Amino acid sequence: MSSGRFDDGPRLALKILVAGGFGVGKTTLVSSVSEIRPLRTEEHLTDVSVGVDDTSGVETKATTTVAMDFGRITLRDGVVIYLFGTPGQERFWFMWNELSRGAIGAVVLADTRRLTASFGAIDYFERRRIPFIVAVNCFDGAHRYSLAEIREALDVDPHVPVLTCDARRRESAKEVLITLIEHAASLSAAS
Amino acid sequence: MQPDHPRERWLDEAAGPLVRPYALTRGRARPRGEPLDVVTILIATGRPAPARVRLTREQQRLLTLCRRPHTVADLASELGLPLGVVGVLAEELLENRLLEVTRPLTGARPDPGLLRRVIDELRAL
Repeated sequence: MSSGRFDDGPRLALKILVAGGFGVGKTTLVSSVSEIRPLRTEEHLTDVSVGVDDTSGVETKATTTVAMDFGRITLRDGVVIYLFGTPGQERFWFMWNELSRGAIGAVVLADTRRLTASFGAIDYFERRRIPFIVAVNCFDGAHRYSLAEIREALDVDPHVPVLTCDARRRESAKEVLITLIEHAASLSAAS
Repeated sequence: MQPDHPRERWLDEAAGPLVRPYALTRGRARPRGEPLDVVTILIATGRPAPARVRLTREQQRLLTLCRRPHTVADLASELGLPLGVVGVLAEELLENRLLEVTRPLTGARPDPGLLRRVIDELRAL
């Protein structure tokens, strides 16, 4: 076997969700900070009612597959962070239920031109007490609001970090992840 | 042509047999037990398959990959199959003890000590 970093496989796998609307920069963020890979999931699998028998023949209900942003950051000693970028619309929340179980937390990626698109995701993580932060991706030419204005518009709890980022830049994307992990660590230390 | 016949095989000249994801899992749409997490780490046990078990080609590929630990998400990505399909295929291999879970996930969030270590390593990357 060669001596590639991933050769021994993961020993400990950690999950981070990146939730956000279409075009907000999820793919960009995931690919600037991790080794991005193709990944698909089934959209209707969870609500297909099947006689679970093996022999009942091939299930006929139409299923669509949804592409997810999937990235991996390999750290030392087989610790691997897995990033899952999922669409922000409510119909994809079934994916978040599984992805957020035992996860470090979630990054809600927002765009000031369509801030309302992040309300659903914020609601979701708040209600389920999943650690999350809001990262506002600053596109070139997009009107810059102050963080105070954004925070007010989003109406998130004062302890929830809100920061701006440039999803294209690796250092900026890293800072987003570090902010989330610090937040998650402080929450679990406090509980 | 008998469209109702379950054994009928549809073939596409370029792509070969036409199979929907459920066909790959022999009609099972979801695992029987608690579904595997996307980051559950699986490894092949190296045991021979029981005589009554016929492995699909996808399951054989999955087992080959799992000579080294892989998460369910890694497997789905490498095999080019949707996550749910991989879950079902893996479940059957687990039932037959051809695969095992390296460390069961509890659903608990990672502890602060581990998170601080991860932060330090991320900064250093």
